[in-house]
Amino acid sequence: MTQRVDWWVSLLQAFVVINIVMGGFAYLTLAERKVMGRMQLRYGPNRVGPYGLLQPIADLVKLLHKESFRPAAAIDWLYLLGPFLAAFTALATFSVIPFGPGWEIAGVYVPGQVADLDIALILIFAIGSIGAYGFIVGGWASDSKYALLGAMRTCAQLVSYEVALALSVLGVVIMAGSLSLTEIVAAQADSTWYVLPQIVGFLVFLLAGTAETSRAPFDLPEAEQELVAGYHTEYGGMRFGLYSMAEYINLITLSGLCVTLFLGGWHGIGFTPDWLAPAWFVAKVAVLLYVFIWMRTTLPRLRYDQLMRFGWKVLLPVATLNAVVTAILVVAL
Amino acid sequence: MTSILPSAAIYEGTRIPSRVPTILDVDPAKHDPEDILRVNFGPNHPSTHGVLRLVVDLDGEQVAGIRAVIGYLHTGFEKTMEHKSWWKSITYPARIDYLSFHSNELEYVLAIEKLLGIEVPRRAIWARMALAELNRIHSHLVWLGTSALEIGAISLFWYAFDDRDAILDLFELAGGTRFHTRYVQVGGLAEDLPPGFTEEARRFCEQMPRSVDEYEALLDRQTIWLERTKGIGLLSAADAIALGQSGPILRASGVNWDLRKNMPYLFYDQVEFDVPVYYNGDVYDRYKVHMDEMRQSVRIVRQCLDRLDETEGEPWIADDRKVVLPPRHELHTSMESLIHHFKIVTEGYTVPEGEVYVVIESPRGEAGCYLVSDGGPRPWRVKFRPPSFAALQATATAVQGCLVADLVAVAASLDPVMGDVDR
Repeated sequence: MTQRVDWWVSLLQAFVVINIVMGGFAYLTLAERKVMGRMQLRYGPNRVGPYGLLQPIADLVKLLHKESFRPAAAIDWLYLLGPFLAAFTALATFSVIPFGPGWEIAGVYVPGQVADLDIALILIFAIGSIGAYGFIVGGWASDSKYALLGAMRTCAQLVSYEVALALSVLGVVIMAGSLSLTEIVAAQADSTWYVLPQIVGFLVFLLAGTAETSRAPFDLPEAEQELVAGYHTEYGGMRFGLYSMAEYINLITLSGLCVTLFLGGWHGIGFTPDWLAPAWFVAKVAVLLYVFIWMRTTLPRLRYDQLMRFGWKVLLPVATLNAVVTAILVVAL
Repeated sequence: MTSILPSAAIYEGTRIPSRVPTILDVDPAKHDPEDILRVNFGPNHPSTHGVLRLVVDLDGEQVAGIRAVIGYLHTGFEKTMEHKSWWKSITYPARIDYLSFHSNELEYVLAIEKLLGIEVPRRAIWARMALAELNRIHSHLVWLGTSALEIGAISLFWYAFDDRDAILDLFELAGGTRFHTRYVQVGGLAEDLPPGFTEEARRFCEQMPRSVDEYEALLDRQTIWLERTKGIGLLSAADAIALGQSGPILRASGVNWDLRKNMPYLFYDQVEFDVPVYYNGDVYDRYKVHMDEMRQSVRIVRQCLDRLDETEGEPWIADDRKVVLPPRHELHTSMESLIHHFKIVTEGYTVPEGEVYVVIESPRGEAGCYLVSDGGPRPWRVKFRPPSFAALQATATAVQGCLVADLVAVAASLDPVMGDVDR
């Protein structure tokens, strides 16, 4: 497990993984629009390329070509720091998520993740917390009332739901006896996928994660009917693109984390050769992403006070109870 | 006349905040003026219905003060109509309230007919009624889709607009235009209903109640929807009456008042239908009233279609050559018809001197039309009583104690059409 990895392999792998994740983000936007379209009796984008497959590229070109204006009253360096911080942290977190068992290719060992850390889970939460600054700083620095309100909402929401999110995975950590994601995956392969014994934790994780990534029905920070576009109201062009990217990549990372913690990671059912592991991982992530899109088309939005009540009075106690019960059972059995 | 006395009280006394009911000032006893953030909602904002501008004082997420500003869509329709002949001015009312186009047109034509004292054939009246109810469903569907959108249920918008499209297809079948039909004509209709209209309309009447059930299944069993709409935007019966509310808003506040029942016009006294009344005066009850009204409208349309089938082949416009265009084929054979045609199209017909006020139950409530004629070929004064304008008077009363998110939900539930408000 702790095989030596050459530095250039890590570098190359990081480069490849980042690009795959960014490509995943681009096509997630297309998939979301397509799926939503089909659910809403329409087609979704189908003009650019066959079946609209080049739509994300067209969007990217459009965003890059837009004028990078900013409000005169905005605080320059913070205004620029916001989207950068958000995108950077979003991309960084994916590095610790394992997507395969590791392979021996032409005598060189390639690990199943970019970085295998003993405290991977804590790292993800830590970097995620820094990422929240990207949204808050950007919203505050752009000196707009809508953006300020959006940033305040983001702040309150992320802080509240981060607690429930962290507590919901405690059960998994106790069962696996490790904070390392590779070991959690290995522990699931030995026993069973944790979604079964940890079904409560799984549900809390999914709900808190939806809120954490500001997806419907918890998309208050950017509720367009109320706050125009929330914290990124004053952002245009590729700066807006970075925020959008950060959000979607956070969603992908969250789905990846959910798969790793609860759904057996890259392990498959039935036909599972080592080289197919990433495909299993991607398939499971895709199913979760579909659920997120499905929720967005179906559910109305919660109100601010209802969101807070749900986070503190429902999710937090349930997650705590789940962790306590798991701890007692693990010790007793 | 049934009693219009309120049956249930939501709150004691009145909540109307000030002598100007659209203004709610920040109460310094409850909110520190230092904490107030003044935000503009509109006239250019993704949530507003049209160009309504709400200047909102926020204390955190709470709405502490509000004032509604209107006038961004003022186009001077009423004044323009005074410069058009009676004949030409019929196109304007449909553009005032663009969602209840048929009802507005109907109300204006009914006012002219009242001044003229002209007899309208029954087939035309049944057709007008059928279309008026279809128009009501159309307007309610747009309302449903956009209000659900405000609360974040985005998909419902497309589902509602799908059914709305079927209604527009029916209007296209009848008059050749989907919107702003100008199908109603002084004395009757512009054309007879085409063959096959009743079958198409019946097909729609089969589909529509099923759709309403689906919408209710999507929303009524949805905890988030219930949480977001129940107990929000309260308006008591007494306050609703004091603020001049009408239509679905009034009926959601527990007042049983529907002009179709209380002051019947057209043939509304000859059809069977119920008036849905709910008593809580919140956003949810307004939603329920709209849903039930769609069902009732389908019921009325069905009865109208039966009568239309019975009156197949009967005249669809009055036989009054001074007002109504002669049939096309007569122009080639009759000198008199040619003269009438020329006079009506160029100068227009004249309407006897007098003034008249006609009021009907439009999808949004009491829509009135006040007309003054000086006996010439043009109206001397036209004035509409728009239900949306009255609805906006309730904003400040209804949003008290709301959060920002409720603000858009409440404003949407009042169903203002800005064209109707500003005219």
